[in-house]
Amino acid sequence: MSKNKTISAHRISSDRIDQLHEISGVNVYACYQCGNCSAACPAVEFMDPTPHQVIRKIQLGFIDELTTSETPWICAACITCTVKCPRGVDIAKVMEGLRQIVLRSDFEHGHLCDIDEKMRKKLPQIALIGNFRKTIL
Amino acid sequence: MKRVGVFVCHCGINIASTVDVSRVVEDLHDYPGIAYIQDYKYMCSDPGQNLLKEAIKSEKLDAVVIAACSPTLHENTFRLAVQTVGMNPYNCEIANIREQCSWVHKDRTVATEKAKRIIRAVVEKALLDESLEPIKVPVVRKAVVLGGGIAGIQAALNIANSDYEVILVEKQSSIGGRMAQLSETFPTLDCSQCILTPKMVDVAQHPKIRLLTYAELADVSGFVGNFKVKIRQKARYVDWDKCTGCGLCIEKCPQKVASEFDQGLGKRKAIFTPFAQAVPNKPVIDCDNCTYFKTGKCRVCEKLCPFEAINFVETDTYIEEEVGAIVVATGYDVYPVLNMGEYGSGKIPDVVDGLTFERLLSSSGPTGGEVRRPSDGKIPKEIVFIKCVGSRDPEHHFPYCSKICCMYTTKHAMLYKHRVPDGQPYIFYMDVRAGGKGYEEFYQRAQDEDKVLFLRGKVSKLYQDDDKVVVCGIDTLSGSNVEIRADLVVLAMAIRPSKGIEELAKLLKISIDQNGFLTEAHPKLRPVESLSAGIYLAGCAQAPKDIPDTVAQATATAAMVANLFAKEYLLHDPIITGVDEELCSGCGLCVAVCPYDARKTNREKGLVEVNEVLCEACGACAAACPSGAAQQRNFTDEQLNRMVRAILTT
Repeated sequence: MSKNKTISAHRISSDRIDQLHEISGVNVYACYQCGNCSAACPAVEFMDPTPHQVIRKIQLGFIDELTTSETPWICAACITCTVKCPRGVDIAKVMEGLRQIVLRSDFEHGHLCDIDEKMRKKLPQIALIGNFRKTIL
Repeated sequence: MKRVGVFVCHCGINIASTVDVSRVVEDLHDYPGIAYIQDYKYMCSDPGQNLLKEAIKSEKLDAVVIAACSPTLHENTFRLAVQTVGMNPYNCEIANIREQCSWVHKDRTVATEKAKRIIRAVVEKALLDESLEPIKVPVVRKAVVLGGGIAGIQAALNIANSDYEVILVEKQSSIGGRMAQLSETFPTLDCSQCILTPKMVDVAQHPKIRLLTYAELADVSGFVGNFKVKIRQKARYVDWDKCTGCGLCIEKCPQKVASEFDQGLGKRKAIFTPFAQAVPNKPVIDCDNCTYFKTGKCRVCEKLCPFEAINFVETDTYIEEEVGAIVVATGYDVYPVLNMGEYGSGKIPDVVDGLTFERLLSSSGPTGGEVRRPSDGKIPKEIVFIKCVGSRDPEHHFPYCSKICCMYTTKHAMLYKHRVPDGQPYIFYMDVRAGGKGYEEFYQRAQDEDKVLFLRGKVSKLYQDDDKVVVCGIDTLSGSNVEIRADLVVLAMAIRPSKGIEELAKLLKISIDQNGFLTEAHPKLRPVESLSAGIYLAGCAQAPKDIPDTVAQATATAAMVANLFAKEYLLHDPIITGVDEELCSGCGLCVAVCPYDARKTNREKGLVEVNEVLCEACGACAAACPSGAAQQRNFTDEQLNRMVRAILTT
């Protein structure tokens, strides 16, 4: 995240944040930034921002930085983060919410049919399941 | 000559591994003055003590020396044991051959020789020991409580409920203190006044409590059980015996001044009660602001008072009382915003301290509980709270944590959100310390239910820009500097011991720590006692603390007072330094060196007199006395000389 941000009530409760809350049904304000989600995430080394940073950015209202980031797509929806969270924040659902926000504005993002057959056969099953979760409305 | 018995303890191997105990017994067997000597594995055990008792009886011993561990450990044990067979406990002495010998030496020969010399010296002392009886001191069963906040109220009520008389002294005209200023209290959010005012009324109505408000301690002398206190009753200019508290004078007084109770947000009159629920609910005249006192004209209150209670010529009076115990509960002040240059030095009207915000939240406050900012009365839509202002900053302000700010700031943000549901509260914090019953849950509720945004970091500066206050800080969790254009900023200022604590501590001869708070006798095991016997500490005068902790500590002081008053007499150690009137020339050297004010020159007699109860037997006077008139009981010059000689002789 770049330096010097202006935080405001307007930004914190913007329409896109409301949309995220509506889709995911998760209260991100319960998060106290312990970082357990990021510590446990099996894919964290490929992510920027990491799961707890994703939640922090939502708390501060910087959702635009997330819809353009790779993190929600790297997420395999294994829900380790959700299981680990001491405050009951369903981080996996938040990731799904972010993906939905992108998909609802851009249907062509990462469609299953775009993957050629050769690659598809090599992909592990969990990746395919994850992909279904990510792309099917 | 007295028959002295010596008992050498092995202390398992603690002593015996370094000191050759049987050699000690053998070598000292014929020492002049030792009538009987024996060793045993554990003298402090039941068989050890029985052996001691039997020997006293069978050998007809007049005094005993136990060569064992430090007297701080078992002197009392052995003194109690010898008492059961009729020996005066002051004829039982300890020769410390463990901490001062076996534990600090490796060479067995040297340690054995040293043990022998230590024992010989103590035998010499025991030969000249007198039988002594504890000094009995009567106790005045009445207490004075200084400070009428929640700590003082709680202490006074508890002492009074134990059926002892209490004088409660408060410097304001009403009791209630800081708690009366608060809106709602964490973590239950019950109204502060609603839970406090019944207790205030209980104080006023309690037959055992004498309430002295608008008063302060002027002087104190004496000692535990027998203090003499002098209390200054400030001139109220209103005869409270005649006044009924009708309030007509207040209504008609033409002079308005900023209300201290409302932190300067509201106005009060020059004749006033600090708040509507004041106890006693009778006014005083603030002579610094009264038109009559300033210009010589007005006297409206005097003309209107139907009971002729106004008395402009009243002066301060003094009340003298004897008390047995003193409870200090003088509370705290808020560190002024003036000291915070980076936060506007108190010059930005919409930057206020936490206590001021309490008044803005309070339903009895200047805005009737609506959150309206001081500058233009607008309801703030974005509000920033900053914690640790002045606290945890040893470089610039104070090193300690003020303890209550984490919780009250969380409460402020929550109450603000309840009053202004579409508003956004932000809290800048360094750490959140929510240790306390229900506190963590309260903090979590503020986050997930009330959506208070916690930003982890400090605010480096803030400034006025149009009608906004621009707050420049950092959120170290996201690693970004943040800027918020706030409508109102609330600073959780450090809390300080209340003004005048140094003078009070000097008066009471109790100590204060490097931060100005009163020092307890032991940080864990004696948390409510001062180092002066009979003076107890409660509330924020001792350290920052919240209401539950304050009430607990105040209750504890009352238990200590009741404990003290339960006895008819206090027993004082008879080892004191007296005066031999034949030898004393009245030079007064001992008076000057005595740290306890126990010695006084009697000019008529040309002698020094000793208050045996105040004497703590430090021996400073005995060392200073040029004539040998000051002799400490059982530590006389002759005893000490003979001890030294016994140690130096091979």
